[in-house]
Amino acid sequence: MHEYSITELAAGLERGDFTSRELTGHYLERIRRHDGTLNSFISVTEEAALARAEAADARRARGEAGPLTGVPIAHKDIFCTDGVRTSCGSRMLDNFIAPYDAHVVERLDEAGAVMLGKTNMDEFAMGSSNETSFYGPVSNPWDTAAVPGGSSGGSAAAVAARLTPAATGTDTGGSIRQPASMCGISGLKPTYGRVSRYGMVAFASSLDQGGPMARSAEDLAVLLGAMAGFDHRDSTSVQREVPDYRATLGDDIRGLRIGLPAEYFGEGLDAGVRAAIDEAVAALRAEGAEITEVSLPNTHLAVPVYYVIAPAEASSNLSRFDGVRFGYRCEDPRGLEDLYTRSRGEGFGDEVKRRIMVGTYALSAGYYDAYYLKAQQVRRMIRDDFTRAFEDVDVILGPVAPTPAFDIGEKADDPVQMYLSDIYTLAVNLAGLPGLSVPAGFANGRPVGMQLIGNYFDEARLLNVGHRFQQATDWHTRAPGDFA
Amino acid sequence: MEWEPVIGLEIHAQLATRTKIFSGASTAYGAEPNTQACAVDLGLPGVLPVLNEQAVRFAVRLGLALDAEVAGRSVFARKNYFYPDLPKGYQISQYELPVVGTGHLDIDLEDGTTKRIGVTRAHLEEDAGKSLHEGFEAMTGIDLNRAGTPLLEIVSEPDLRSAKEAVAYMKKLHSLVRYLGICDGNMQEGSFRCDANVSVRPKGESGFGTRAELKNLNSFRFVERAINHEIERQIELIEDGGEVVQETRLYDADKNETRSMRTKEEANDYRYFPDPDLLPLEVTRSLIEEIRGELPELPDAKKARFEADYGLPAYDAGVLTASRELADYYEATVTAADGEAKLAANWVMGELSGALNKAGLDITDSPVSAADLGGLLCRINDETISGKIAKDVFEAMWNGEGDADTVIESKGLKQVTDTGAIEAMVDEAIAANPTQLEQYRAGKTKLLGFFVGQVMKASGGKANPQQVNEILRRKLDG
Repeated sequence: MHEYSITELAAGLERGDFTSRELTGHYLERIRRHDGTLNSFISVTEEAALARAEAADARRARGEAGPLTGVPIAHKDIFCTDGVRTSCGSRMLDNFIAPYDAHVVERLDEAGAVMLGKTNMDEFAMGSSNETSFYGPVSNPWDTAAVPGGSSGGSAAAVAARLTPAATGTDTGGSIRQPASMCGISGLKPTYGRVSRYGMVAFASSLDQGGPMARSAEDLAVLLGAMAGFDHRDSTSVQREVPDYRATLGDDIRGLRIGLPAEYFGEGLDAGVRAAIDEAVAALRAEGAEITEVSLPNTHLAVPVYYVIAPAEASSNLSRFDGVRFGYRCEDPRGLEDLYTRSRGEGFGDEVKRRIMVGTYALSAGYYDAYYLKAQQVRRMIRDDFTRAFEDVDVILGPVAPTPAFDIGEKADDPVQMYLSDIYTLAVNLAGLPGLSVPAGFANGRPVGMQLIGNYFDEARLLNVGHRFQQATDWHTRAPGDFA
Repeated sequence: MEWEPVIGLEIHAQLATRTKIFSGASTAYGAEPNTQACAVDLGLPGVLPVLNEQAVRFAVRLGLALDAEVAGRSVFARKNYFYPDLPKGYQISQYELPVVGTGHLDIDLEDGTTKRIGVTRAHLEEDAGKSLHEGFEAMTGIDLNRAGTPLLEIVSEPDLRSAKEAVAYMKKLHSLVRYLGICDGNMQEGSFRCDANVSVRPKGESGFGTRAELKNLNSFRFVERAINHEIERQIELIEDGGEVVQETRLYDADKNETRSMRTKEEANDYRYFPDPDLLPLEVTRSLIEEIRGELPELPDAKKARFEADYGLPAYDAGVLTASRELADYYEATVTAADGEAKLAANWVMGELSGALNKAGLDITDSPVSAADLGGLLCRINDETISGKIAKDVFEAMWNGEGDADTVIESKGLKQVTDTGAIEAMVDEAIAANPTQLEQYRAGKTKLLGFFVGQVMKASGGKANPQQVNEILRRKLDG
């Protein structure tokens, strides 16, 4: 059952080949068996999942099933879930149980999905390897010595190891696409504003976007259809019709103009990754796409700009974790100052503290103009690069990350090297564009992802290209041997 | 040396919206602690602010009333600092681009002249919660009911030159926000609060001295006292060879003194930056025009109309238009009194205001309605009762004994205008007081008053005083 796509699962449920109760039980059994190795889940909500599965079966029996009714799913532990702990991978929220559901959780609930549990992640989504989690690192199912990528590393590993058919993720600088790439699955970061951020613990508000992670573009289309849409509780959510993403999956891509940015194929790109991407480009050309070169001249500024803006917003967003109303509070505070400094000092991990300090500095009087304001100006230049490029092409194509998954511990002590692993994904968030990662082969036995970047609200086209690519290749069907 | 104070005020008006500025929680005052704070007000993870449109409309109303520029695009920013009653660790405010720009407000000075005070800006922001230091042993209680309550911070230019001017400005603004219906003006509940920036300079100089900011001025009286105290403190300090330091000072009403809270060096770095959770606020021309159309008649226009239409002196018109409720009451009284505008002004400003003050009541709580007061004035006007008796009738009406006609009827207070009856009483009074009659006729004519008193007494105050006078004079002189 765990090799079926979401569409196949829905069909199987509809035909009565199996019930959601059986399907959910099967996945829970796989989690029990394999997650000791992977550590991809922070919480498994077994009882609630089985109860929801039974309710889904009843709903289906009444003829009220939707596209996801009875299909199991896991939520990144950054999405608030009513009554179930939302830790955000942090000691700070180890005891936090939200009294509300995130919009994304609500939507998927309404569509009938059955939550299996909450997946591991870098603390407050700050990391590219899932090593900053308070709950320990996650292993890559393809090679347990390797990281799964981050910050949605638990979601990616769980989908890759077939512990869940799908999961939610969030992407602030590549946190859906990069772990999808490193775990050999598909992941979509939608246009900023396409999916409501309500109930998603904020890292960098102007960059954060929730999205689906699954094994194929087709599955992503089903999931995005359920997740996307206007929400009055998020002022940055966009009032715009949600297309039927599945309807256009199979569209012909002959004549589609695909641009390869020279800047994404330069120094620092692993040869094995390069070879896989070249092969993927050839496959798309064979499908009839026209391949041209484009230029995104400010690409090299994305890392420095991102590492001013994201920490600046984070430093403010994380101020609410002060030990006063919820979350971690130090023992026996000796006064207000002590309550603040020890609660935050003990509740946050090193990477989170590093970013709070960087962000606080960037916003401080006397530095604001030189850092934050300048970064915002450069951010507009980066966005303008894409605007110009999309005058000539329909889709931009490149690698997701410069290398396949690295080893656990390999970059943990070198933040700058770690930050560079998001070099091809950050600009997409800075511009607010949608980006898709699909499996495109292997390098040194570890998966390689291809990134497709679309114009604003052009998710349907990205999914279409991704689906056509997956019709022509079989990378997305490969399962890691130990978890088959 | 002669010193000149320079004062600017920052006034926080709590906007009278039903719900908070960024959440759906109620803004009603006085609820049990933390019962009116939702997830957004508590700053729980993942929740987001959504701007209350009514708060924006209220801000635009004030902008139009101050003849100010209303910004087509303004921006909410985060003001970052840690405090237990600030749930998110930042306050959402407006910083570089406020919704209301430069405007002005005219105030009336004691010498009868008018002075134009510049308004620098007015911006929308959220209030913080309250820290409760009493009743918790070795702990502080936090009440977040007030967190997220919409405030409009109205900043004046440093155009005020005395504590009296500052109070006049504050009172005028207080009246204006209540006219506009955007703030209930309740100062005890903190709906209208004031901080004052005060400095002094040698008279004739154009530069500014170093200023101190006075916090916690929550009544008109405290504003005046605190500013005067601060002016004296600064002058003394400078004359003793010292220097004023830029600092925030807290006014202690019990001791009538200000004391330093924090100096400039200790001031927070608030790390303002645009709030990425909120889009820039767009106010279209058509919305501005729509709101302009909804504006009520404003105090200055109403005062001018009262002078022109009712023939009232400027002073009366000023008093009667000080609040919209009082002005409405007055106009209703005039209507009910068949247009007796001056008589109505005297009664509303005199007898009625006196009674209200004594009872500590607002005009809206007056036990005597405008219609009933007008009815009473009609009876004076048609000479059913004298002005003096009217005061007794008013008192009875105040005590709930019915309208003027009912009271006059039940108490038999109808004025005696029957010439024959009055003549009889006059004759009686003259006959009973031969000595005074003799003195009167010997030239001590001011004894007329004595005889009037005797007749009025005999009539139980009901005799028409004019007729009494007339008849007495004729008979005494005869």
